[in-house]
Amino acid sequence: MMPDHPKIELALGPCFFNWSAERLVDFYRGIAEEADIDRVYLGEVVCGKRMPFTDAIWPDIMEMLTKAGKQVVLSGLAQPVNKREREILRQQAGYDMLIEINDLSMVPGRAGQEFTAGPFLNIYNEASLRLLADRGATAWCPPVELPLVSIQKIAALVPEVDIELFAFGRLPLALSSRCYHARAHGLRKDACQFVCDRDPDGMNIATLDDRRFLAANGIQTLSDAVHVAGVTSGQLQATGIRRLRLSPHSLDMVKVAGTFRRFLDGELTCEDLNAELAGQGLPGPVCNAYLAGDAGWKTATLPA
Amino acid sequence: MKSPEAKAMELVCPAGTPAALRAAAEAGADAIYCGLANETNARNFPGLNFSPEELAEGVAFAHRKGSRVLVAINTFARAGDVGLWREAVDTAAQCRADAVIAADLAVLDHAASNHPELRLHLSVQAAANTPEAIRFYADTFGVKRVVLPRVLSVPEIASLNKEIDVETEVFVFGGLCVMTEGRCSLSSYATGKSPNLTGVCSPPEQVDYTEDADGKLQARLGGFTIDSFEQGQAAGYPTLCKGQFTAEGKTGYLFEDPVSLNAFELLGDLSKAGVTALKIEGRQRGKAYIAGVVGAFRKAVDSLSDGGDPGPAIGALKAFSEGGRQTAGSYKKTWR
Repeated sequence: MMPDHPKIELALGPCFFNWSAERLVDFYRGIAEEADIDRVYLGEVVCGKRMPFTDAIWPDIMEMLTKAGKQVVLSGLAQPVNKREREILRQQAGYDMLIEINDLSMVPGRAGQEFTAGPFLNIYNEASLRLLADRGATAWCPPVELPLVSIQKIAALVPEVDIELFAFGRLPLALSSRCYHARAHGLRKDACQFVCDRDPDGMNIATLDDRRFLAANGIQTLSDAVHVAGVTSGQLQATGIRRLRLSPHSLDMVKVAGTFRRFLDGELTCEDLNAELAGQGLPGPVCNAYLAGDAGWKTATLPA
Repeated sequence: MKSPEAKAMELVCPAGTPAALRAAAEAGADAIYCGLANETNARNFPGLNFSPEELAEGVAFAHRKGSRVLVAINTFARAGDVGLWREAVDTAAQCRADAVIAADLAVLDHAASNHPELRLHLSVQAAANTPEAIRFYADTFGVKRVVLPRVLSVPEIASLNKEIDVETEVFVFGGLCVMTEGRCSLSSYATGKSPNLTGVCSPPEQVDYTEDADGKLQARLGGFTIDSFEQGQAAGYPTLCKGQFTAEGKTGYLFEDPVSLNAFELLGDLSKAGVTALKIEGRQRGKAYIAGVVGAFRKAVDSLSDGGDPGPAIGALKAFSEGGRQTAGSYKKTWR
């Protein structure tokens, strides 16, 4: 029997950064063995050029996580550009496993089978989510700029789709065809030397008055600040959110997940959550104001 | 008989006001795109755009001049408020617009279900850049044309056109998005307002300029200092992706220099790549700019299809670029 208030689950989002195969294997081993996480998204979502370096490791990682009782979801590339990348997405769309779609290219190939609609899709309202639900979407991670009031309206109108909130990490803000890591190093994307691997949390970008502002990760631009959705379990349930997504960074994600779990279980207040996370080596200051419909870099008081 | 390559490309021109629409029609635009004065379109600025009455009159005027009118309803509908976007589509149909340019699945669905006679173009804000994505929109909503995001090179556009049945339209002149259109939240991160949410980018009410101790003008957006100008230097507008930043110990235009797009010299290549229509950015522009740019493009496109020399028209266009500096952007692969 379902409890009246099912526990809010935790998910680990796909890693946005160019981590080496060895680092990824170690990272996911730690998640499998120690993390209080229910669902893990895997795969390269940012840059297709990185794929050959990690292709071989995913089957073993999937097996390891599955054996540890985690639900494994394969995340698709957000901006496929060439034939090779399109072919990869076409194959992945046919896999008999959970997948996350981050570009609509993949929807026809999925042919109505179940999928998660990822945060890179422009789903901003109930009617567009409904349209994807009719084509197989059973879960949805909203775009990061969508405020809680909008998510709540959509959740009420499309209750059959599980909603997962982007809750921890530098915010994925933009994609481009240009590689900013390459440009910053005087290179071009086609001969990038994979310099994005030097910045495991992204390359810090400051304003002219030396205020930290953004972070570059190849063709992706992220926030400098680390978004922390300190929304209580009760409020998440009232909003229609069933799961929080934690986006991987180089700090101890097992510890981050544990901190979130204690917050969701009511052992920590929102202030405690922010303070504990700040003490764990975040790549930037805490922010959360997208959830309140304000500029994303700010911090707002969220409904308790 | 002309070869398919020699078919003249269509010229799609912006109009933020009825006066600009008339100027574009008189300067020889094949089609004019505009939006309603609300958040349903991606140029939702004060003093711009059309009331339903102005739109109906504008369509009638354009049709008399032999131009078509495309209505941009290309933001993403707000949750719980999709009705406003659906009404915009209904209004465009009632005003006898020739097509609607949309990005949101909800808006496309409404148009396809309720106005099957209304031609649908896929907005650049949908960021559809693969044959699979484009076919999805064509098969699901009957989209007839896709405005391509500025991520593809000319050879990539050529190979894309071989794999799809819908027409393609590409931006050739004006403002240049450095990030993939429709996939950028930089503006909402800094200011709370973004193209996808509210139809604005780097909003003017959050821009300010202050002079520092050395007499340099500092340009800020949402309180972030993102550009700086020497005394006497023309101060540019602080658009986020064209600001100056510091990374790896170096300060400069990290994402893109303050340049505008000019693909004029690639018109012949775009024609050979199978592009149907050329789009000029600038619904925020005045009628003199519209008349000048549209007139020059008209001459260039006509001389191209007649086998003439588009050179003089190219020269005339240089004067219209922001700050004078121009780029062919992603159309040349080395831009990446």
